[in-house]
Amino acid sequence: MVDKPLLELKHVTKIFRSGGPYGGKEFRAVDDVTFSMPSKPSILALVGESGSGKTTIANMILGFLKPNEGEILFRGESVTDWLKNKPKEFRRKVQAIFQDPYEIYNPFYRANRVLKLTVKKFKLASSDEEAEKLIHEALRAIDLRPQDVLGRYPHQLSGGERQRLMLARILLLKPELIVADEPVSMLDVSIRAIFLNYLEEFKKQYGISCLYITHDLNTAYYIADKAVVLNLGKVVETGPMENIIHKPLHPYTQMLIDSIPLPDPKMRWKEKLKLKKLSLKEIRPEKGCPFVIRCPYAMKKCEETKPSLIDIGDGHLVAYHLYER
Amino acid sequence: MNKSTILEVKNLKVYYKTVAGDAKVVDGVSLKVNEGEIFGIAGESGCGKSTLVEGIYRIIKPPGYIAGGKVLFRNIDLLKLKEDEMREIRWKKIAYIPQGAMSSLNPVLKVEEQVIDAILDHTDMSREKALEIAKEVLTDLGLPEEVLNMYPHELSGGMKQRVIIATAYALRPELIIADEPVTALDVVSLREVLQTLAELRDKYKVTIILVAHDMAVHAEVDDRMAIMYAGKVVEIGDVNKIFEDPLHPYTRGLIESIPSIKKKKIIKGIPGIAPSPLNWPPGCRFHPRCPHANEKCRTEIPELKEIEPGRFVACHIYG
Repeated sequence: MVDKPLLELKHVTKIFRSGGPYGGKEFRAVDDVTFSMPSKPSILALVGESGSGKTTIANMILGFLKPNEGEILFRGESVTDWLKNKPKEFRRKVQAIFQDPYEIYNPFYRANRVLKLTVKKFKLASSDEEAEKLIHEALRAIDLRPQDVLGRYPHQLSGGERQRLMLARILLLKPELIVADEPVSMLDVSIRAIFLNYLEEFKKQYGISCLYITHDLNTAYYIADKAVVLNLGKVVETGPMENIIHKPLHPYTQMLIDSIPLPDPKMRWKEKLKLKKLSLKEIRPEKGCPFVIRCPYAMKKCEETKPSLIDIGDGHLVAYHLYER
Repeated sequence: MNKSTILEVKNLKVYYKTVAGDAKVVDGVSLKVNEGEIFGIAGESGCGKSTLVEGIYRIIKPPGYIAGGKVLFRNIDLLKLKEDEMREIRWKKIAYIPQGAMSSLNPVLKVEEQVIDAILDHTDMSREKALEIAKEVLTDLGLPEEVLNMYPHELSGGMKQRVIIATAYALRPELIIADEPVTALDVVSLREVLQTLAELRDKYKVTIILVAHDMAVHAEVDDRMAIMYAGKVVEIGDVNKIFEDPLHPYTRGLIESIPSIKKKKIIKGIPGIAPSPLNWPPGCRFHPRCPHANEKCRTEIPELKEIEPGRFVACHIYG
């Protein structure tokens, strides 16, 4: 039997409307997005600037939002069906980590209760002793001392500890997929790496895949195997992480990579950023390539027709008119 | 050659009164900022870098208070000035861009109103003259005049932040203090904003104190920088030297913790958590997380010492 892909997005579009049901404005937050994650454990980076639709995609995968067009399949079955037929199983198999470790906890629950509820809800243990054992194991696996954290309230934990408590929760459930939306952007640098290393370890040791959503290409490069680059709701390039960073094809990806500040004063930006037009306003082109307004190489064709993804080998795909033959 | 000092902070202490005693958020910081340089202040959340610049600018609000020290701006102690004297310094001589300034733009007023307001608030000039000054400063920073007629929501994040910088520079201060000006910006906007700051230094010889937690930002534009940990400065030096050969174990840990697209390597981070300002560890405040800590580190506070010209470090390893 061939394993079904872990996650598949097929031509997914999400439209938000504003200004009333008739004649209101349409806003395509996510526009015809297609990508997939293989059945074998992997980390996929979903990269984009603010407004690129990355969080909307996460919300659709988790079933918080429904796509207007297209479908999202988890293990070959649509997320809508999963949630209708076996919601608990889906929630166990797909877990989320959010950006803000300060807001997700109930301030009146001690850490202990957060984890116990998880055990109870998903019936992970048959007795209290077993539950306690599981919780202690999970905490130790991510280097938290149970006696240090269990009795504490969320406000008594540091940002890093809170985010790690989420990891302990995930470890209790051993899901198949983690949807991590900017999980480290609020953490200090010195503990960021520690967190990322756990995601890597989860993949290797427990076979947990991760959709790592971020604006930060540095951390994406550090842990991901593959990347999907979004620009204004559309996929502009996707491929192995190594290729995306070292052989980027789309001018948008190139611009992103050129703009990353590097932690080395010897590698400062040499020249001024070249953009066709000053990015004065945030404009979404109605048609054509999403990058057309800022692209230094834009042609007439780019304004009119939207480029589709072209496979240039090695699993590297780019939506760029120059590569069409 | 000795560059002239524009700002000198001597043993500055900023404490916050709490029910559990004083939180010693900035606890004896000394540093010198040279004229015409970008001086970076780095450090992680809670290290006191924002409170330090708030102390320098004298905008600490109760329960916070300045518990001691001096802030010499061109040899005048800012902490000794009367409030109205300080007002003459603010914006005209030293401008301050607080963290998140760009999201505090009034959404229902056009940019023009807000830039002019800032100018009129600190001077007695006419509205027309203020508008002229606003246009001038935008042109100088390479921003189109059209932004004056726009509302904040029409501008991109980078553009908003550059408008803020232009407003801060409108009265041509000698020193600009920018607290986390590029946090929450996309990389492309980040680059635009940093280029604007570098331009202010290079073209207009403005001195800039740049507070940022992101070491890569410092690597990109700083001339010299200070690294803070737990309310104290642990290292000061030329930015190239600091990145090439960091002296303090914390600085080294920080630099080694940054993943980079240029080098793929395993990163360990710094184990442990930052201490609380209510209860700093005795001795060197970094010792519980330091791989080199010895008995002396646990008991004796290391002084910030110049161990080679221009390089200061507070660590017992260096004698």
